[in-house]
Formats: sequence, structure tokens, C-alpha cells
Amino acid sequence: MQHLTKEHFEPISVDLRQAEEIKRPSLSFWADVWRRLKMNKVAMASLIFIVALIVCAVVIPMVSSNDYFTTDLAGKNKKPSAEHWFGTDDLGRDMFVRIWYGARISLEVGLAAAFIDLIIGVIWGGIAGFYGGKVDEIMMRIADILFAIPYLLVVILLMVVLSPGVGTIIIALTITGWIGMARIVRGQILQLKSQEFVLAARSLGADSGRLIFKHLIPNALGPIIVTLSLTVPTAIFAESFLSFIGLGVAAPVASWGTMSSEGLPAMKYYPWRLMFPAVFISVTILAFNLFGDGLRDAVDPRLRK
Amino acid sequence: MERILEVKDLQVSFHTYAGEVKAVRGVNFHVNRGEAVAIVGESGCGKSVTAQTLMKLIPMPPGEIKKGEILFNGEDIVKKSNKEMESIRGKEIGMIFQDPMTSLNPTMTVGNQIAEGLIKHQNMSRAAARDRAIELLTMVGIPQPEKRVEQYPHEFSGGMRQRAMIAIALACSPKLLIADEPTTALDVTIQAQILDLMKELQKKTGTSIILITHDLGVVAEMCDRVIVMYAGKVIETGTVDDIFYNPQHPYTKGLLRSVPRLDLNRDEPLTPIFGTPPDLLRPPVGCGFTARCESAMRVCQEIDPELNQISTTQRAACWLQHPLAQNRAGS
Amino acid sequence: MLIRYLGKRIFFMLISLFLIVTATFFIMKAVPGGPFTSEKNVPEEIKAALEAKYKLDLPLHEQYFEYLKGVITWDLGPSFTEKSSTVNEMISRGFPVSAHLGAQALLLAIFGGIILGVIAALKHNKWQDYSAMVIAVLGLSVPGFILASFYQYFFAIQWGLLPIAKWEGFEYTILPSLALSASPMAFIARLTRSNMIEVLGQDYIKTAKAKGLHTFTITVKHAIRNALLPVITYLGPLIANILTGAFVIERIFGVPGLGREFVLSITNRDYTVIMGTTVFYSIILVVMILIVDIAYTLIDPRIKLADAGRE
Repeated sequence: MQHLTKEHFEPISVDLRQAEEIKRPSLSFWADVWRRLKMNKVAMASLIFIVALIVCAVVIPMVSSNDYFTTDLAGKNKKPSAEHWFGTDDLGRDMFVRIWYGARISLEVGLAAAFIDLIIGVIWGGIAGFYGGKVDEIMMRIADILFAIPYLLVVILLMVVLSPGVGTIIIALTITGWIGMARIVRGQILQLKSQEFVLAARSLGADSGRLIFKHLIPNALGPIIVTLSLTVPTAIFAESFLSFIGLGVAAPVASWGTMSSEGLPAMKYYPWRLMFPAVFISVTILAFNLFGDGLRDAVDPRLRK
Repeated sequence: MERILEVKDLQVSFHTYAGEVKAVRGVNFHVNRGEAVAIVGESGCGKSVTAQTLMKLIPMPPGEIKKGEILFNGEDIVKKSNKEMESIRGKEIGMIFQDPMTSLNPTMTVGNQIAEGLIKHQNMSRAAARDRAIELLTMVGIPQPEKRVEQYPHEFSGGMRQRAMIAIALACSPKLLIADEPTTALDVTIQAQILDLMKELQKKTGTSIILITHDLGVVAEMCDRVIVMYAGKVIETGTVDDIFYNPQHPYTKGLLRSVPRLDLNRDEPLTPIFGTPPDLLRPPVGCGFTARCESAMRVCQEIDPELNQISTTQRAACWLQHPLAQNRAGS
Repeated sequence: MLIRYLGKRIFFMLISLFLIVTATFFIMKAVPGGPFTSEKNVPEEIKAALEAKYKLDLPLHEQYFEYLKGVITWDLGPSFTEKSSTVNEMISRGFPVSAHLGAQALLLAIFGGIILGVIAALKHNKWQDYSAMVIAVLGLSVPGFILASFYQYFFAIQWGLLPIAKWEGFEYTILPSLALSASPMAFIARLTRSNMIEVLGQDYIKTAKAKGLHTFTITVKHAIRNALLPVITYLGPLIANILTGAFVIERIFGVPGLGREFVLSITNRDYTVIMGTTVFYSIILVVMILIVDIAYTLIDPRIKLADAGRE
């Protein structure tokens, strides 16, 4: 042991109150979410993939020398080559450009459906949760009854009746798709409503609209964004499903689902005609799912499993 | 006196994403047969980790016993295999947890939860175990045990659940009972009942008890000796009288000043201990209490004090006990 | 209490079904043009006769009441395109096959999903966990029709291990069942895993451990049981998932089930069949969800029926 001297026993002044200081720098909620998200390599890779997909879907059809509708019966069912990177289909159309047009459709449907679900869901769930009581009871009962109807059946039924097209698909997907979002928002609002800061705002004379949109919705934003990010892949999936059973967009426009459906019978001899759209659907849905999972973990680390 | 348990230089760490948290940093203590020992300290001081390590209940990984011995009946628990531990847990050492609301399986009848241990350790038949479960419920003061034995935990009140937990822990008459904050989650009136029950059962069965708590009132009521922990270390030990009437460590003194007492001057205000315990991810070099200690000296920052014998029963780890510091005694 | 709860649930179920039938009817009636407009060159008198046969000459509200009456007496009317058969016949022909495929896929999904989820939770953050979760996220992301095509390509075309299509014996059921079970299996696996991890962190698992029980006993008797209870509540939506998933799987594998019949009727715009099968599927699903909910309230001792009605 080290020799101890008298100096060792000099009193030192300890500012006791300083000990209360919080050592770590405080981050705003979203900065913290972003920090956690950045650490998640899988989620970041997915995000990069999604951004790249959007950029390519916008740019490639504009700059490509091929287009998606010119048929060339002499050059049908060609293998992937320098001229046609993903080969050609049974009418000799260039698969590469068709894939990127398909990406446009998938992304449009996915993002638009998610956005409309968000608007309806937030309004419906927000009002139900905020007013509570009878209003809540009636609104959520309506949602429950709608929810009991199988999603894809409703969508199929509507698609049969309405004229085919991207807009129709989006309407069909959102007609019951908003219910999940409404439930989430309502649950969040009910929980937040009972907290003190809402009482404080109310006692300062904030009206209901201000309370809902300035105080409650921003605080419920985390779960809302997570639900939103997981709605996109569901919508993309549903669109490809509809196209596959022949209820999608009309020719010559083709979504990934239509292309898979057309490629299926030729699978044995021209496997690329199925493979490319199939891989694009799967990887895109996968990327959105992985990103959504990562976002959920980042927004609420307690849920991290 | 026969030592039923002796812990020597126990060190336990948890490996987290942020680094190694040294939760227990060299703890020594013992428990005699038939004795009730309290381990006190604020949240995060390592008392619960110590208690759970005694039964190897900490999850490993991320937990790890870095060093030390836990001699139970002369055998080192640290070296025991999982299989060997199974025949010690529940049979030789019983444990009661803090929250009776979450410590019972919600989808299994209380009777079955008591019977499980009996069937495992005493080779009882299901019917015999059920009869014994009814006896045990009677013993812990649950009325209508024949009916209660078939019920689920959600049909029990908080106090009743803790009684059922005690029945589970004592089912196989263990030599040592570890009670980890057994009354913290209960109403004050129920707390007293549970403590009385534990005291009474200890008298009846002669089992040793380790009581983990931050409530000094509980300690005075039922324990023989007290171990005060701070930042993963034992900083003072002694009999209940030593600790309550002649505390040596500034932290112990602080703890005593922060609880109301009936036996001292009532006009004296309660004083909290300012600050928070050190971050055990980066344990301090010197005494862990320095930053919060009114009598801190330069040496406290540099060298961690060891436990010094104060009297035959009392020991404390504080530089104020050093002869060179005695000059400025009175502070 | 149970009777009241049941009554309430059945009442709301009937309302849902009534709405579905009504909505289906009016949506189908909103189709521009009649069902026979596509068939050109039909002489006027034949068209009139056809419309009389399908009761299209009645005013709309009478058609609606006729249809409601039909649904209640379980007479879903004739098919438009397959002139000789009725919707009832199509259902009794196709549904047993679909039910067989669906049941097989459901069992596969439940057992496979639980096993994957439990393994992943027990080996939390180890390679078993990661691989199980990679399988699960793939299962959720790859649409059933793509998986089905890949199975066909590899197992049937490339390796010739299993028949590529048709429905003539057990080996014909394997690929469709696998393809159909992928997404529900993945869902159950993820749910089981997160429930298991939560349950394994519960205090009562520590209590069980402190009793000296063997790890296996703890896992089976205390952890899995509690982790699986919430999984039951998702069985209703999963059955829906399997039923709708079967539309494409049956088409790809040429399985003569109701799902393929449904997709065919969509392609042929066979409105009575579309209406009839939609109503039939809705009844099946709504009843299944009700059964699952009731089963859950009976199995979980914590749920008191008084609050089981609302969630």
C-alpha cells in the first residue's frame, strides 16, 4: 500500500448540488431516434435501398432508350443481354424499363395508400380518442364492423366493379386500410389525454382543435410513423396480389404483379421473365419491412426484442 | 456459531452494449444459522444482484461472476453446475421477490405453483403435494386454503399473493430464505403483517434469512445484523444496534438521517442525501461516496478504503477511521 | 355472463354479415351494364328470358330482398357462365378441397411458427435467433404467389422431387401447403418470439427458477404456455390470410378448390359466383374469428367475461 501522508487527509470541497447534474447531453426525441436508427445497419441499408429505388424509378424510364410498350415480335423472350439488361417478354418488350415502370406503380400505390390511411386514420382515431364516450363508442364500433370484413375480399370486390387503374387500386386499398391507423391513433390519444400537459394546455384556454393537432398528435407521432412505414409494404403486396389475379392496372402498363403473372406460365423456358419482377417485389417489401422494424426499435427502444 | 453462508470477495459484472457494468465489486459477508441479516442500500447499489447471485439467478450472459466464492454449507456455489444448482434452489435456499403481482405465474393455480417444488424435491405425488400445499397456505395465514389452492393469482390480493410466495419459498423447508424487498410493493398495513409472518415463521422453522431492503424500519423490526452496501461494495456492517446507534460511515449516517425515527428528537428535520450513486460502467478509483460526502478528503478520491474493525461486531470502510483523519474528528 | 357475452358477440357478428351481404349486393349491382352486355348478338327475347331466369327483370329492391332470402335459406343462385351449376354446388365441390389445403397450411404455420419462435427466443441474440428471424422476415416479405412459383421451379421442374400441379394425392398437397403457410408461419414465429422473450423476462420465471425447476420444465410449463395465449387471438386474422392467400396458390398449383373457382369467376365476371363466394368466405371468417375469441376467453383464466366484450 502506498504511504499515506497528512496531505491525503486534507478536506476537499464537494459541491453537493453539482452531484445532481445529469451527465449525458440531452438529445431531442427525434435526434435520439435518428441516432439509434443510424446504428442499425440493416435498417440503414434498407433505407438506402428504398431511396435508390425511388430515384431509379423516376430517372431510368426518362433516360432509357427503350420504352415499356414497343413490341418487337422478332425479339421476343430474349435472354438478358447488353441491349436488354433484363431480357424481353413474350411481346419483345424491354423488361428492364418495364421493371422500373412497375416500380413507379408499386411505389405510387404504396406511398399513396399509406398517406391516405394516415389522413383518414388520424382524423377518425383522433376524434374518437379525444372526445371519448358515446362518440368513441360509435366510431370505433363502425371501425370494428368494417374491420371484420376480410381486407382482400373487399378490395377484390371493388376492383371487379371499378375500372382498372392505379387510382382504383389506391381507393380499394384505403377503403378499409385506414382502420389499423385509426386504432393506433385512438389508443395513443386516450393514453396521452389523461396526462398533465394536456390539462395544462386546456387550462390555458387551448381549444379542442389546437389540443388535438398541436399537443396530442405530435406526441403520438412515433407509433403513427411506425404504422405508416409498415403500411407501405402491405399496400405494395396487395397491389401485386391484385395484378397477379388479373385485377390490376390495364395493359400496356404493367406492374410487378402483372409481370409475374405473365411470366409464370413461361417459367420453365424463360425463367428471367418471372425472376426479375419476383425479386423486385420481394426485395422491396423486405426493405420496407426491415426499415419499419428498425424504425419501431428506434422510436421505442423498450420494444426492442 | 455455525456459518451457513459465507461470501468471499464476490465480484459480478454485466456486459452491456455500453460496456462492462461492475454491479458487485468485491463483497464479503456471512450469515449464521438461524440468523436474520439485512442488506440495505439505495437502488442500484448491488444488493439485489448480490442476492440473486447467491442462487445463481442472474442471467448469464450478460451477467458474469468474475471472482469470489459463495460457500453454502461449506460448498462453493460458484463452482456448481446448473444441474447441481437445481437441487439447491427451492430445497436448500428459498427466495421471495419484490412484486407479488408479477412473481406468480398468472395462468397456473396457486396450489400447482406451490406443489411444483414439492414434487421436484421431495418426490411427492400430486395428491400429497396438494395436501401439503393446503397445509402451507394455512401456515402462511390464508383463510379457506382448500378453496384458495385451486384459484389463480389474479383472484388473490397483493398481501395474499406475497403470503403465497412465502409458502412457495418455504415449501421444502430451506435452510436459508432470501427475501428481496418483500414488502416494498405492498401497502403499509400489509407490510407489517408480512413482516410479522416472516418473523413468526423464522422462529418456528429456524431458517436463516437474508432480507434485502432499502427500508431501515423493516430492518430494525426483524434483523439481527445489517450489511450496508454502496456502489457495489459493503461499506459498513454491524449489529442492528451498532448501525442504528453508532453508525460510522457517512453514508450510513445519511441513510439514518433520511428516515423518520420515533426514538430521536422529532424537531430534527429529515435530510436527504444529495446526488446520485456513481455510474458503475466507470467505477470511481477511490471511495464511491466521495462526490456526495460532506467529509470528503483528498485520499477518498484516490484510494478506496477497506473495511476496518470498529468493534467485535462492527466494521466500516471509511478513511475517517484512519488515525491521520482522527485529528480532524468531530466533523 | 357467458350467455350475455355470446349473445352480444353473435348480435354484432350478424350485423357485420348483414352489412357484408348488402354491400356485396349493391356493389355488384353498380357494375355498369348488365352481366349480359358482354355477350354480343344475343337476341332480345333470349336476353329477356335470361334476365327473368336470374331475376334481373325485378325492381332493384325486390332483387335485394330475393337475394337476402336466398342467403338466409342458403340458396346462392345459379352461375352466370357455367349454365348448368349453381353457386351452392360450386361451393360444395370446391370448399372441401380448399378446407383440406387450408387446414394443412394452418397446422404447418402454427407448429412451424411456434417452433421457430420458441427457438429464436431461447437462443436470443445467437445465430439460431438471427436465422429464424431472417426466415420469418423473408416469409412476411415474399408474396405467396412468388414463393409458390419458386417452389415449382426448383422442387418440381429442376429437381423433379414433387409434382408441379394438380390435386391427386398427398404429395400433391405438399408444395401448395408450404407456399400457403409461409406468411402466417412467419407471423406466428415473430409473435411467439417477442412474447416468449417478454415472458422469459417476467418475475414468475425467476420464481420458477428459484424453485429449482429444470430449464425444460420452466420453458414448457411456465414460458411457452403464457407466450402462446396471445397468439391464439391472432388465429382469426391468420385464417383470413390463408383463405385469401389460397386464391393465388390454388390457381398456380391447379388445385380445384373454391379459391381458384373464385379467381376464375372474377376473370369471367360471373357475378352470382363472385357474390356467393364472397358471402360464403365472409361467413366462414366471421364465425372463425368469433370461435377463436370465445376459445381465448375460456382458456385464459385472467379474462373475466364482463370486460371481454370490449378491448
